[in-house]
Amino acid sequence: MTERLRVENLYKIFAPSPTRAMTLLATGADKARVLAETDAVVGLNNVSLSVPSGAIYMVMGLSGSGKSTLARCINRLNEPTAGKILLDDIDIVPLREDALRELRRTRISMVFQHFALLPNKSVIENAEFGLKLRGVSAARRRRRAEEVLAIVGLAKWAYHRPHELSGGMRQRVGLARALATDADVLIMDEAFSALDPLIRTEMQDELLRLQHTLKKTILFITHDFQEALKLGTRIAIMSEGELVREGTPQSIVLEPGSDYVAAFTREVDRSRLFDARSVMRTGSTVSGDGSARIVGDAEHPEAMSFAIDASNRIVGCLDAAALQQVKAGKPVGDLLTRDFVAVSGATKLVDVAGLYQSGKAMAVIDEDGRFLGMLEPEHILGRIASAARSPAPASMGGHNA
Amino acid sequence: MLDADDLAIFPVDQWIADAVQWVALHLRPLFLAIKWPVENLLSFNDYILHEIPFPIFVVLVFLTAYRLASIGIAVFSAISLVVIAAIGVWTEAMTTLSLITTAIVFCTAIGVPTGIWCARNDKVWSVVRPVLDIMQTTPTFVYLVPVVMLFGVGTVPGEVAVVTAAAPPLIRFTNLGIRMVEQEMVEAGLAFGADKRQLLWEIQLPLAIPTILGGLNQTVLTAMVMSVVVAMIGAEGLGLVVLQGLGRLDVGRAAVGGIAIVLLAMMLDRITQQLAQPTDRKRRSVLRYLFNLFKGERSQEAIATSAANRTH
Repeated sequence: MTERLRVENLYKIFAPSPTRAMTLLATGADKARVLAETDAVVGLNNVSLSVPSGAIYMVMGLSGSGKSTLARCINRLNEPTAGKILLDDIDIVPLREDALRELRRTRISMVFQHFALLPNKSVIENAEFGLKLRGVSAARRRRRAEEVLAIVGLAKWAYHRPHELSGGMRQRVGLARALATDADVLIMDEAFSALDPLIRTEMQDELLRLQHTLKKTILFITHDFQEALKLGTRIAIMSEGELVREGTPQSIVLEPGSDYVAAFTREVDRSRLFDARSVMRTGSTVSGDGSARIVGDAEHPEAMSFAIDASNRIVGCLDAAALQQVKAGKPVGDLLTRDFVAVSGATKLVDVAGLYQSGKAMAVIDEDGRFLGMLEPEHILGRIASAARSPAPASMGGHNA
Repeated sequence: MLDADDLAIFPVDQWIADAVQWVALHLRPLFLAIKWPVENLLSFNDYILHEIPFPIFVVLVFLTAYRLASIGIAVFSAISLVVIAAIGVWTEAMTTLSLITTAIVFCTAIGVPTGIWCARNDKVWSVVRPVLDIMQTTPTFVYLVPVVMLFGVGTVPGEVAVVTAAAPPLIRFTNLGIRMVEQEMVEAGLAFGADKRQLLWEIQLPLAIPTILGGLNQTVLTAMVMSVVVAMIGAEGLGLVVLQGLGRLDVGRAAVGGIAIVLLAMMLDRITQQLAQPTDRKRRSVLRYLFNLFKGERSQEAIATSAANRTH
């Protein structure tokens, strides 16, 4: 994935004159010391990160961690004190007022925690708000607003007022408004935090569904680690204005790296985070004949092995005894059984566990039915049990596969 | 022993008198320029209000009150007007009403832009605020002295005093309304690339309207009070009725003026107060209302709302 947005050494100091605070930070002082000595509040302390194009990039932290400050620096609702924000390699920090306005109208849009819909305007007028500011003609912006309302499933509500809608529907309008401008970067500042848990889950699913086709670059601010795991392509965890951990959801759960991060990952339901592909063993060809090759685990000869044909499809499976006979020269075809379960590589472990049947082998296949690897119950259990002691995953960052 | 009167060495009264005299003498063109639009609009409003036949005026007020407020207030307004006519002060009441409507126009033209300016600029507000404090705590008849010095006596100078007294609440409420607009709303405007003008017209003013209308209600009531007080400098209207009653010790005449003032004030207050209430359902028309009464059905809005509730 190409990079869309890069933040380099970004600082934000809330103070009339931040020079002294900056000098202190340069000597290695932390947020508390700067506050004690200068009365300046450090919002961001040397934050650098890179957001790939088309990613949902989660910025996660508790209140006061600087996550919202970071988001609001990206479209300069907060003015950065120092550092660079590169959008497609162009630094937007030095942009003058009119160029900044243009950027906000065309490149970066925002979804707000409390929706920030205009109560005096109808849903469709709210949706076309950004286009109106840009000076798009009434007929064209109305057509575009109708399109985006249809995308978020609110076409029927176009001529109602926001107060007639439920919270989740209002945030759909907020999302529609952000999508209408065709900005490719979306800042979602705690966008789902004000919603009821059920509605929030629904909106998260909706966002993932939309993102599948829209492929926007989304900077999503949240205080909810579960939300970060669910939505995130990558997650940046912030504390005290600093970036403390950055990576894919899986890698952060496997290696928190600090007690602060570990406090979040401890409660994580790993069976819903990791998929079959991340814990399977690819195995190696242990035997075979003209019709098929036998893939098994050389280190665990008692495990089941699979017969794979030339196009990588599973023909059948063999237990340890049958494997011995194949090695002794018997034809593979006579010994094969269909006594196995095949799961897709993207299946979460929680669902894999549900498919498991005692005594049956488990194979992992891709979308086209090609063999990827083998699963044993202990692989699944090992991963679910504890991240700290389990070995490195088969493919780091393979979350999107 | 030191007597308090010995300390009275500052002839402040003399200074102020001199200053006002100097201003009256040297800035006369300015005051004539101020007086001109007031005089014209006032005589126009006065003419219109007196020309409209009584029954038509009652119906017009009824319909206006119904549209802006409610059926109850509309009925109350119509009855008030009939009572005012029945006690024989209709012409005076219309004169007072013309003073008030003219004041509304000028107060809005002055007050809303000033309020917007105050809301956008803290320095301006820090200057304007104490001025408003002084203006609103000063007893209203104190305005009469400089007004007489600068503009003379009569109904038009009286109108100047009414506008001066009635503008501060609108300035205050406009400023407050714009400053109270939620930060997230303002940021939503900025985040989508609004410039200062768009921010004002698309976000701040629309969201401040209920507060501004609340200020308008205050302005109307202050104008009502002041339109009575300015009878002291020769303005006509209901105030003059009361003043004449007092002068001749004619209790009946004074009471008649008082009753008409109270009725007019309540009517204006109720109608303008409803303006400030953000209502979801705007009344369509009287016919529609009657139609719905006969049908005995819920209005379309109610159906739409219940449909909205069902889908949740």
